[in-house]
Amino acid sequence: MDGTAILPATGRPAPSRPLLSVQDLTVQFGTRAGTITAVDRVSLDVAEGETLAVLGETGSGKSALAQALMGLVPGPAGRVVSGRINYDGTDLLARPRSYTRRLCGTELAMVFQDPLSSLNPVLRVGVQIGELFRRRRGASRAEARRKAIELMERVGIPAAARRVDDYPHQFSGGMRQRVMIAMALALRPRLLIADEPTTALDVTVQAQIMQLLADLKAEHRMSLILISHDLGLVAGVADRVMLMYAGRVVETGELREVYQTLAHPYTRGLMASIPGLAGPRERLTPITGSPPDLLRLPSGCRFRPRCGFATEACRASQPDLLPVPTGPESHRAACHHAEEVVADGRSG
Amino acid sequence: MAPHPVRSAMTAYLVRRLLFAGFVLWGAVTIVFLVLRSVPSDPARLILGADATEVEISQLRSQMGLDRPLVVQYGNYLADVARLDFGDSYRYHKGAIGLVVDRFPVTFQLAAVAMVIAVVLGVSLGVVAALRVNRLADRVVSVLALLSQSMPSFWIGIVLILVFARQLHLLPSGGHGGPDHLILPGVTLALPFLAILIRLTRSGLLDVVHENYIQTARAKGLPERVVIFSHAIRNALIPVVTVAGLEFGQLLGGAVIVETVFAWPGAGRLLSDSISARDYNVVLAAILLIAAGFVAINLVVDTLYGYLDPRVRLGR
Repeated sequence: MDGTAILPATGRPAPSRPLLSVQDLTVQFGTRAGTITAVDRVSLDVAEGETLAVLGETGSGKSALAQALMGLVPGPAGRVVSGRINYDGTDLLARPRSYTRRLCGTELAMVFQDPLSSLNPVLRVGVQIGELFRRRRGASRAEARRKAIELMERVGIPAAARRVDDYPHQFSGGMRQRVMIAMALALRPRLLIADEPTTALDVTVQAQIMQLLADLKAEHRMSLILISHDLGLVAGVADRVMLMYAGRVVETGELREVYQTLAHPYTRGLMASIPGLAGPRERLTPITGSPPDLLRLPSGCRFRPRCGFATEACRASQPDLLPVPTGPESHRAACHHAEEVVADGRSG
Repeated sequence: MAPHPVRSAMTAYLVRRLLFAGFVLWGAVTIVFLVLRSVPSDPARLILGADATEVEISQLRSQMGLDRPLVVQYGNYLADVARLDFGDSYRYHKGAIGLVVDRFPVTFQLAAVAMVIAVVLGVSLGVVAALRVNRLADRVVSVLALLSQSMPSFWIGIVLILVFARQLHLLPSGGHGGPDHLILPGVTLALPFLAILIRLTRSGLLDVVHENYIQTARAKGLPERVVIFSHAIRNALIPVVTVAGLEFGQLLGGAVIVETVFAWPGAGRLLSDSISARDYNVVLAAILLIAAGFVAINLVVDTLYGYLDPRVRLGR
């Protein structure tokens, strides 16, 4: 154990050595119609105890990014083409896949979007939770069962001692996601990736699950990558945010900074389309157009066809992810007109 | 105290299946009756032979109730079947049901051996093919499956006899005896069944490995061996078990041919001999017993299916 583990979970992490550092990660999928670059030269850092929210619409590459981090990109169609995934000082992509597999569960863990299809329908939930102790820690059957019950109690499943022998389909959606969370946290991983953990759930249950995640994160002093399309949902939890569009990072920075000073038209569009965040009397303005077809990307900036700020420069070249003028170094946006967008936001 | 919810759901499921099994047997009995009554040959004439006079024949017809209305005949027939009284075999002058029952264990022995060969080989080869999809092993297994499905049993049987009995003198060419007598007919009977099981297991497993819960199992850091054997295979086998049960009926039917080729003294051979000799009482008894065996196996499969898939067991 190193000293960073005793950092308070909510405190600003030491920027010197991130737990996870991804550089220029590119993930491609071969389809019959051509090759899709689902994740395109994405870089990110997550420090110990930090929560990074990865935001974007369906098809923005969030899930493929998560799969790549866990070594779960489904081959042979999908593959990590280039980049580095440094976890705790080791480049996972330079190691065989089995190396990442061994880290899964113990160091890295994941909670998936749809808890019903993500749980094995023919195995009792206690077996699915207890399996981590049995297979990874050599626990006996009885011990694994006891630990499964403990975990189910901790994640707030009532009558855990009885429900440990039930099957996934006998649980409600929220309870199933609690089972998934219990499974992910069983071996106390240092980094949890939650891929749209509340999307498949009722609104009332969403808040409970988010609260549970936040509590457990503080309790275990974990780092968290929270993948979502919902800017409102992550507002109370995330330290930093990263917005993705068509496989590229379009804006990233401290949550407060990004939400106050929107520097990318896409972020602005997302913000304006959320009730509540747009302000009580403001009209909701959806982003016009639809997410791009990854097989037929526009020239230059990928957001250009849907963007009100677009000019010839946006057609000519793809903008780099650069520090936002007037903002702190950590706040970056990939927009030729970032300064204009910020100024427009301040005046409007 | 309230009954255990899971156990009572399972009981209700089995009761449903049992009622259905009864219905299927009644259907089989009725179809056999209609078919036998619609064939042109007259049982009374067959029993008495070519020398009998018309008077003798009509006497026997009324004695057998064949001159009564069809509905009455059907009622009497159902009553007979319910008492397991199928009349005597005119060739052997013995109770038809006794003849079939005596031969049935031998057929069942053959079918069971074929089933074990097909299931063990079919599932393992199917798993190998799925794990090595589109590679050499997969292609070899697929060709094997294609061959064993497309060659007719009587031909395979004869080829096996020629190779292993005539040329190599490794195995007996036919008849009933020690375990070595079971190998050639067992393999012959198993082959078409084996092909189906290979394909089902392969495609089932290939479907299942793309399921989200397999991704979850991998995300838990389980070794691939555990992911496949404790998470994927059980789900992949659900359709395999269903089809295996249905195919067992084909196996009993296939036994008719295989028993003839290998001179195997089972119910299948008795059935084909009795059809040739128009020994209808024996035909009836044999068909009904095979149907009953089929229904029984399906009941076992349904129970097993409930065991494999809790969603079925719990009546969802």
